Amino acid sequence: MTAAIEVDHLTKRYRETLALDDVTVGFAENTITGLLGRNGAGKTTLMSIITAQNFATHGTVRVFGREPYENADVLSRMCFVRESQQYQDESKPHHAFAAARMFFANWDQQLAESLVEEFRLPMNRTIKKLSRGQLSAVGVIIGIASRAEVTFFDEPYLGLDAVARQVFYDRLLADYAEHPRTIVLSSHLIDEIAHLVENVVVIDDGRIIVDTDAESLRGEATTIVGQRSAVETFTAGRRVIHTDALGNTLAATVLGALTEADRQALARAGLDTEAVSLQQLVVRMTQHAHQAQTTTTKGAPR
Amino acid sequence: MSMVEEGRAIFLQIAQAVEDAILDGSLAEESQAPSTNELAAFHRINPATAGKGVNLLVEKGVLHKRRGIGMFVTAGAREALLAERRTGFAERFLDPLLAEANAIGLSPADVADLIRGRTAPPDQGTTP
Repeated sequence: MTAAIEVDHLTKRYRETLALDDVTVGFAENTITGLLGRNGAGKTTLMSIITAQNFATHGTVRVFGREPYENADVLSRMCFVRESQQYQDESKPHHAFAAARMFFANWDQQLAESLVEEFRLPMNRTIKKLSRGQLSAVGVIIGIASRAEVTFFDEPYLGLDAVARQVFYDRLLADYAEHPRTIVLSSHLIDEIAHLVENVVVIDDGRIIVDTDAESLRGEATTIVGQRSAVETFTAGRRVIHTDALGNTLAATVLGALTEADRQALARAGLDTEAVSLQQLVVRMTQHAHQAQTTTTKGAPR
Repeated sequence: MSMVEEGRAIFLQIAQAVEDAILDGSLAEESQAPSTNELAAFHRINPATAGKGVNLLVEKGVLHKRRGIGMFVTAGAREALLAERRTGFAERFLDPLLAEANAIGLSPADVADLIRGRTAPPDQGTTP
């Protein structure tokens, strides 16, 4: 699969802080990638450098094979929906949409209007008087209706209620199915987007700790539950990323897909298995990376 | 938020959902199967994942493509699926059942009695 975006040894330093630490990652063309990680992990910095809204300290970014910085042709093919998008003070939603319509060649006005209806966005109010959710809806509508070849959604859901978020996911998926394009979706509501994304990139402390397809991550971790000594026997020599104990019962989350032999061994030992959701897996991996870092001081495992 | 469960590959679950519809007759042989995009929208999953499920069924010969029209259920697919599911029935359903029965002290004969009791036709004379 060709990469629409190639990031090569990208480093971003803000004085003492290393926001991105030698990041190399690609975003495949016409896929939806979930960009996950804790606050301050470097997600927004990465997206803003790719869209030329920020500078790299070292390293290169290529979008469709070319550098985006001061490249109007490449920039007009990218849409970045930021969590804290700024609009001109007195402008109303239709001004923002008119500007987007001029900028994005594939803009679909009908789609924008139907999304306005679905999100019940008041069009005659100034943007600064909109609620947080309505403000998010403006960004989401621009992100979907622009049909840009590369679209970044950076936590686009703030203030959107559950119904509005479902509208966003459903409409994004439907439009993507009809008009495939490269979408990067950054979110903390991982369970809500787990089935929408084809690839998953997890960034932690400025480093990429996971970069794979969502389907193979689904079997990547299992929680083994049962009598403590039996669990410990089974998990010996495996990568355990989390444990919870209750009396003599131990729940240990192990990395690595289970083999048929493993399953038989588990059954013989009377141990139960629980599937680990993408959200749990990301939480455990980012916690685990931090623990590994504090104990070895040598950095997170890849 | 969707019918997809954790721990099993989503594309396998999609393929199974289509097979279930063929088995229970709601998706007739020779009729048009749902498209990849329809499956993606209905199950709220990525179209590429839905496409993998559809491809699996094409490889198995359950579905076939008619150029320019879409996917169709192959004639004879239901019989083939029935045979396949019957082969795996003991392993998928009876083995766990007998393991649990054994753990709580029920013999296979006890289990057989229980099954007969559950499936016996209602006694005559009781309320209709």
